[in-house]
Parts: sequence; C-alpha cells; structure tokens
Amino acid sequence: MGLLKLLFRNAFRHRLRTFLTVLGITIAILAFGMLRTVVGAWYAGVEASSATRLITRNSVSLVFFLPISYKEKIRQVPGVKEVGYSDWFGGVYKEEKNFFPNFATDAKTALELFPEFIVPEAQKNAFLRDRKGAVVGIKTAKRFGWKIGDLVTLRGTIFPGNWEFVIRGIYHGSQKSTDETQFFFHWNYLNESLKKTAPYRADKVGWFLVGITSPDVAADVAVAIDKLFENSLAETITETEKAFQLSFISMTEAIVVVIQLVSIIVIIIIMAVMANTMAMTVRERTGEYAIMKTLGFGGWHIAALILGESLVIAATGTLSGIALTFPAAKAFGDSLSQYFPIFNVARSTVYMEVAAGLIVAIVAAIFPIWRSIQLRIADGLRRIG
Amino acid sequence: MGDHGSVIVEIRNIFKSYRRGSQTVPVLEDITFDIKDGEFLALMGPSGSGKSTLLNLIAGIDKADSGSLRVGGVDITSLSETALAGWRATNVGFIFQFYNLIPVLTAFENVELPLLLTSLSRGERKEHVEVALRSVNLSDRMDHYPSQLSGGQQQRVAIARAVVTDPTILVADEPTGDLDRRSAEEILDLMERLVHELGKTIIMVTHDPRAAAKAHIIKHLEKGILTDNGPAKASI
Repeated sequence: MGLLKLLFRNAFRHRLRTFLTVLGITIAILAFGMLRTVVGAWYAGVEASSATRLITRNSVSLVFFLPISYKEKIRQVPGVKEVGYSDWFGGVYKEEKNFFPNFATDAKTALELFPEFIVPEAQKNAFLRDRKGAVVGIKTAKRFGWKIGDLVTLRGTIFPGNWEFVIRGIYHGSQKSTDETQFFFHWNYLNESLKKTAPYRADKVGWFLVGITSPDVAADVAVAIDKLFENSLAETITETEKAFQLSFISMTEAIVVVIQLVSIIVIIIIMAVMANTMAMTVRERTGEYAIMKTLGFGGWHIAALILGESLVIAATGTLSGIALTFPAAKAFGDSLSQYFPIFNVARSTVYMEVAAGLIVAIVAAIFPIWRSIQLRIADGLRRIG
Repeated sequence: MGDHGSVIVEIRNIFKSYRRGSQTVPVLEDITFDIKDGEFLALMGPSGSGKSTLLNLIAGIDKADSGSLRVGGVDITSLSETALAGWRATNVGFIFQFYNLIPVLTAFENVELPLLLTSLSRGERKEHVEVALRSVNLSDRMDHYPSQLSGGQQQRVAIARAVVTDPTILVADEPTGDLDRRSAEEILDLMERLVHELGKTIIMVTHDPRAAAKAHIIKHLEKGILTDNGPAKASI
C-alpha cells in the first residue's frame, strides 16, 4: 500500500459529498467552457480574417455607399493585387427569423479573394455563367435543405422585392474557423435591377475588398487609397479585414466583457464550494492526521495527501466537464448557427478549463493544508477522545 | 534498543506548563526518574495529574519547558520538529485508548502504514506486517477493515502497528480504557508477552488498577508531582 491508495480512498470516503462536489465542478467547468466558446465565437470573424485583405469603406459610416468607379483607381495603387466589392443585401428566406449573411458581390474576384471558400471547379463555372446564380455555405444549405439547382427566393429588407436565385455552388470552409453560413450572388444582378427601380442607388457599393501583395504593405496601401479620395464627396477609410471585424465587435464589447466576467464568477463560486468540501473533510480527519504525525509522517506528507485529494476530486470534475463541453458546444452551435456561424471549442479553451480546475484544486487545499501543518499532535489526539 | 536492564529513558528535572488565557498552569514539576530497558511501567494518577502529558513528552509528541529527556541515548528535547518526527517513526510505538486506526485501510494496511516511512521494499514490508499480525493472533483478519473488527481486535491491530517497526519504547495511553473486561485482559496479556518474550519497554498510562498490576513498576502523579513509586504489587 502506498500513500496514493490512501489518498484515493480518502477522496471517495464520503461518496455522496464527493459525487456532489464533482458534479458541481463538472457543471462549472462545462459552463466556463461554453461561455469561453461563446466569446471565441464572437471573435471568430476576427480570427478568420486574412492579413492580405483590406476593406475600403465610406469614412462616414458603413451605411453610406462608395461609387463603383473607385475600383479602377484603387487598382492602380502600388501593392494592390486585386479589387473586389460587395453590398450587404440583407435578404431573408421566407421569414424574418431565417436570417443568414448574404451579399451581392463581384463574383469572380470574390472567389479569388476568399481562397478559404472551397467551391468545386464545375460549380464555380456554373455560378459565373448564371446571372441569377448564387453560392451558399454548407451550413446554410443544410439548414434550409438547399441543393445545387434549387430555385431560392429571398425577400429583400434593404432592397425591396422578392429576389430569385439559383443555387449554383455550395462551399466548404478550408479551416475550422471559416464561416460556412454565407450566401453570395452577382452584384450585377442587383445593380441592373436598381438601375430600373432606384437609379440613385445604382453603381454604388458598400465596400471594396482589396487584395494586397503582402501583409507588410498593408499600412502604406491603406494610406495611399484613402489619400486618393481625400476631399471627395465620398472619402474612404481603409483598414485591415481584422480591424474591420473588430470595429463590429467593439459595438457589442460590453456583452463580451459580461460573458467573460460570468465565466470567472462561475469558477470563483465552485472554488468556494470545493474549499468548503476540503475544509469539512480535513476537519473530520484532524484526529487521523494527528495519528499519522505521531507515527512519524511530517506536515508535508499530510499536505500532499490533502492536495492530492483535492486534485483527484477537481480533476474528475474537470475532465468530465471538458468531455461534456464538446457535445454541448456542438448542440449549442447547431441550434444557434444563424447567430454563431463558427462555434468550435478552441484548444485554448480546453487549456483554460484545465487551468481553472487546477486553480480550484490548489486554492481549495491551501487553508486545510495550512491548518494541518499547524496542528499540534497533542491537540489533534485530544479531539479523538 | 539498549542492553536489557540498562537505562533506556532518562528523565531529568522536567517542567511543563500550559497557558490558559493570561494564566500559566503548571502541569509537571521537576520530574526525575529512569526507565530501564525491558521494563513495564505504569503511570497512574487522577485526571489532570499530568500523566498523559508526561507520556507525550517521553514519546516526543510534546515539548517540555525545561529539563532533559533522553531516550535510547538521544536528547529528544534538542531535536527539531522534523527530526523528532523521524525519531518517533523509528523509536516509538503508540497504543491509544480508542485504537486510532485509519478506517479506510484494512488491518494489513494500517499495520503497514508506519513502514511506508522506511526504506523497506514492498515484499519486506509484507513480511514484517504478517509477522506483527501473527504475533497478535490476527493473521486471519488481515483484509478486514476496522469497522469489521471488535474493539479488542482493533486494539490488537493497533499493537501490531506499534511493534511493526521494532521501536525502542512502546507508549500506551489507557490501552484498555475502551474495552470490556475480557478484551482488556487479552490486551494486557499481550502487552506482558511483548515485555517478557520480545523484551519490549512499555510505558503505560492507566486509571485501571488491574491494568497497572501487570506492570513491573507503578509511578503515581498528583498535580504534576511524582508522589511515590515502587513495584506494582506494593502499590495496589
């Protein structure tokens, strides 16, 4: 028999108490993991952004358009490889609740600027040939049961009317962090219609997508583009895709901060529960620890037993919590894919869960260890009598 | 262990007091006596007379205010807490009134516990534990947990745990205080056997004159002072 055996037997001596503590830790770690994953999902767009893509938009606000004529001027700036453009279409499928991101875009360039969107060559060609063609991410296609060749009608919320599209391509993300919920179609299709119904809105785009030769030239290219349109009717602001995504998140930063705070509070609460369990346990065993000290075991032997017991309980709860985080995140992500297109448990989240479990175990054991080291044998033995 | 009959415990001018609030309460005053190797000594006295405190001092689980205490030639009053823990592990066997076995360990594992602090291999430990349990007639109860044993059997396991490291002295604090008469007799017989057959030195605190009668020498404490001493039979 080694002390390890005693440690494990101690950990499960009060089965109900240990079970309830492990259950508490499991739920806390699961909640912590889910909340961290929500924060991660919030920043998914930032994580997935490319360092070789810039966004040029109206300097006043994103809701103001830019003339399509800017494209060729931007194209001339040294360091620019390719220029595309997009409009936020804001269409819904049948009902308002069927929301998903959809864009009118410069089809050919878009496919080249977003190599992370994997579209089979045949589907790509079919899309480029069809004026009403659209490419949709696999998640949205699955959500609505769309297949290649399906006729899909979206109701425009920004551009009124019913808009018909034919699904010509379904893309998969090349990485886990790639958004697979987007829907994009030919900007020309939208523009031709606008020329007839709302000419003042025609030949304008929401933003330009600028492909650059290297991330090193990003700052210079951005300055050069914005300089081109200084003192014009539509001045521009050019930033990296990452900065562009972050500017969206900053609008909801308070929510993210609250979620992060709640995730920490959950851990603090379970730390208190665990500390209470360990304090009760050690108080009950004061006599036994005194006996062990009498037999010659030092304070650090007792400390190791207490810390080990705390680690066993916390590790059981933490591992169960981590194991449950994955199916829970999958279920959560599937049911809320319209809000969180990317909902993956990051490796860093698992590391944080492990660290949280470890901190809970150590903090919960500190006070009982201190008391057991301070314990005078004679006092401990008196408690048994 | 020293030579049979030589002095194994040497107590000189021991003083011990406790603080109770702002007051200092003397517990032991100027205690001086020797215990010889292979002797069975009983410490008697009313509650609060200081006999358990004296036992704790001899066993190295408490410290005297002044005086010297040598056990097996080692001045234990000068040892640090860590050194004292190591010294206890090899030199002292403890027998308590309430047995004080670890409830989640079997009889075998309880007896093995003090051996975990030694450099013995697993096989050697097993051998020692089996011998110790055989000597207390509990070979057939090795895998039983304390809750599956009677009080007398638990105390026999505690005695096996006390002797398994072959310590210099055995200290027993009211070893029969929680037992019925028959079990108490068995335990006292066993302790006598340890003295006579194995040459162990036992220092026992007891209220029970029948238990004290088994000892070679009885010492009486009254309010922290040794009042008389002499052979067991003369004191009863």
